[in-house]
Amino acid sequence: MIPILRQILRTGIVSEPAPAIDEALRTTTQRLSAAVLAQLGRALVIRHIDAGSCNGCELEIHALNNPYYNLEGIGIKFAASPRHADLLLVTGPVAKNMEVAVRRAYDATPEPKLVVAVGDCGCTGGIFGESYASCGRVANIIPVDVSVPGCPPTPLQLIQGILTAIAPGKAATERRDSSGGS
Amino acid sequence: MQFLDQPIDFEPLADHAALTFVARVNAQQLMAFCGAAHTAERRLVALWGSDERDRDSQNGYALHIAFDMAEGLACLTLPLATENPQFPDLALPFPAANRMQRAVHDLIGAAPENGDRRPWLRHANWPAEFYPLRRDTPDARFAAVNEEYAFVRVEGDGVHEVPVGPIHAGIIEPGHFRFSVMGENVLRLEQRLGWKHKGIERRFVNMGLGEGAKLAGRVSGDSTVAYAWAYSQAAEAISGAMPPPRALWLRALLLERERVANHLGDLGYLGNDVALSFGLMQFMRLKEDWIRLNARLFGHRLLMDCIIPGGVAVDLDAVGAQAIVDQCQALGDEVTDLKQIYDEHAGLQDRFLTTGRILPSLAKLLGVIGLAGRASAQRWDLRCNHPHEPYDRLEPKMAIERNGDVAARALVRFAEIRESLHLIRKIVSEMPPGSIGNLARSTADKRGFGWIEGWRGDVLVALETGADGKIRRCHCHDPSWQNWPALEHAVIDNIVPDFPLINKSFNLSYAGPDL
Repeated sequence: MIPILRQILRTGIVSEPAPAIDEALRTTTQRLSAAVLAQLGRALVIRHIDAGSCNGCELEIHALNNPYYNLEGIGIKFAASPRHADLLLVTGPVAKNMEVAVRRAYDATPEPKLVVAVGDCGCTGGIFGESYASCGRVANIIPVDVSVPGCPPTPLQLIQGILTAIAPGKAATERRDSSGGS
Repeated sequence: MQFLDQPIDFEPLADHAALTFVARVNAQQLMAFCGAAHTAERRLVALWGSDERDRDSQNGYALHIAFDMAEGLACLTLPLATENPQFPDLALPFPAANRMQRAVHDLIGAAPENGDRRPWLRHANWPAEFYPLRRDTPDARFAAVNEEYAFVRVEGDGVHEVPVGPIHAGIIEPGHFRFSVMGENVLRLEQRLGWKHKGIERRFVNMGLGEGAKLAGRVSGDSTVAYAWAYSQAAEAISGAMPPPRALWLRALLLERERVANHLGDLGYLGNDVALSFGLMQFMRLKEDWIRLNARLFGHRLLMDCIIPGGVAVDLDAVGAQAIVDQCQALGDEVTDLKQIYDEHAGLQDRFLTTGRILPSLAKLLGVIGLAGRASAQRWDLRCNHPHEPYDRLEPKMAIERNGDVAARALVRFAEIRESLHLIRKIVSEMPPGSIGNLARSTADKRGFGWIEGWRGDVLVALETGADGKIRRCHCHDPSWQNWPALEHAVIDNIVPDFPLINKSFNLSYAGPDL
C-alpha cells in the first residue's frame, strides 16, 4: 500500500484544463433548449460505439480517461449501455455488418440521443468510403449532431466535440427532422 | 531451392528484406509440404486467395499459403479450377487455417473440399454468390439483414448461453462472443467476428503504391507502424528501390515506440480489469507522455503515415534524439517501480496467476504466435528469427515465459518494454547518417512480400501489381487470425467475470482480421 500511496503523491495532479468549444464542428443547430442543457450540465453520459473503425480512434477515446484529460473530472463518463447514455460517440465508417447493431443501439438510447461522429471515417467515410461492405459516414445511418474530423482526432479535439454537443449554440432549438434515421 | 526434402523447386525473390521464396504446387504437393512443415514444427503465416481468370482461363483462381521456414518466408501457390474452385482442407495440420479458409470462400468463392464451410466475413448482408474479390463482381449495395449464425450448442442440464456483443460494454471494438456456461464456469466460448469487415482488400485494387500505404496503415490503427513497414517492404520489392539505411533505422525506432505505447496501455488495462485503477491511471499517464513525444517529433501521436514506400517521411535531429534518450530513462525508472507494485500486489497476482492458461503444448498445436505465443514458450519473433536491418545489428533478446496465463502475458509485456527501451537507445546512438528516402516507382506484374514483427505478432503483406503498375491484389494478414482461436481455449473452465481480463491479456485486433 505504501508504494502505491508514494507513487500517487509523487505523481500529483496532472490534469489539464478542458478546451473551448468549437461551433464549427456542429452539423445541425443545437436542438436542446437552454433549460435542458442546464439540466444536463456537465453530467453527461456517453456510450461509445465502434461501427467499423481501424481502432485508431478508440486509442484516443481511451486517452480521454487518462489523468491528463480526466474527462470524468469534468462530469462526463462512459456507460456500458446505450440505455444509460445521453450521447453516442460513434467511430468508423459504418461497416455493413454493423448497420443493424448501430440502428438498434440508437433506438435503445433515450432522448435527447445526441450523436457525435468521430474521425474522418465517421465524418465522411474516410479512406474506406462506401462499398458493398461499408455504409460510409455515420450520418448515413443515424442523425449526427457534431462531427469531429481527424485521423484520428486528438483527445483535445474529441473533448471539444463532446462539449460542443452540449453547448447552447447560436441558433434556434427546433427539433431536427429524423430523415436519415430509422 | 528446396525445403524439408520436398520435391518442390522454390524461386527466391530479389529485393526482399527477409529471404522470400515462392513456388507453384499441385494439391498433392501442397498436402505433402504441409505434412512435412507440421512435422518440422514450422508454422502457417497466412492463407489467402486471388482471382487469376484474366491470366489463365482453366485455372482461374489461386490459393496462396505462406510458411515461416528456418530460411525465410516460403509462399506456395495452388492454382484452382475456374469451375467450382476447391482446395484441400488445411485446418487439420494447421487449425488456424479454418477461419482464413472461410474468408477465402467469402471473398473469392473458392472453398475447402471439406471441413467448416460456414461464412466468416460475410454476415448475410450481401448475397452468398457475391464474391467481392472476383474481378468481374460489380460495385453493389445491399439491404442489411440480421444474421442467424449456426453456433455450436452445448447441451445438458443447467447449461445456458450468454451472448455478448457485437457492441461491447467498454470502449472496445465490436465482436460477438457466445458463452456456454454452467453456473459461473465457461464450458465453451465461440467467437463470431467479421463485424468490421469494410472491404479493404477490394479497396486496394487499382490504387497506386503510395496511396496503398495509407490504407495499409489503417488496417489496424494500433499497429499502423507494423503495417506501413510491411507494406512498404512489399512495395519496395516491387519497385526495386531499397530504402537508405537511415530510413530503416528510423523505421525500427518507430516500430519499437509503437510496441512500448501499446504495452503500456495494456498493462494499465490489465490492472484496471482486476480493480486496480491506480495501475490504469499510472500506465495511461506514461503512455500519454510517450505518445505526446511522438506528436512533437514525428507529427502524429500514433505515428500514422510516417513510413512510406522508399523510406520514411520523418527524420530525427540531435535535439529530438536527446529527448528520446531522456524519455527512455524516465520511463524505464517509472515502469520498474510500477512493476514492483504489480509484483507485490497480492490481489492482482491472485487474479493474474493461472487465469486464462494456454499451455505450451496447446499453443504449439494451435499455432499461437507473437506476444501471446511467447508467453506460452513459442519462440516466434521475426526480429530474432529472421533479423533484417537494423535488427541484425541490434540483436534483440526474445522475451519468453512458460506459464501461458494472464500473468505470463503481463510479464512478456514488461520484459519487452525494457528490451525496446534498450533498443531505442541503441538505435538513436548508432543510427547512420544520410538520406531518409528513395523514390519507389511501381513495376508492372510483380509480386512483393513484407513481413514485420509488430507488437502483437508478425504482420504479413502480400502485394501484386497488374499490367498498369497499379495494385492488382493486396493481402494484409494480422497476427490476430492465429490467436483469436486460442482465446476460445484460454477461457475454458475460467469464470465468466474473468473473461474481460483474459481477453485484454491477449488484446487482439478486430479490425485487422476483419479487413
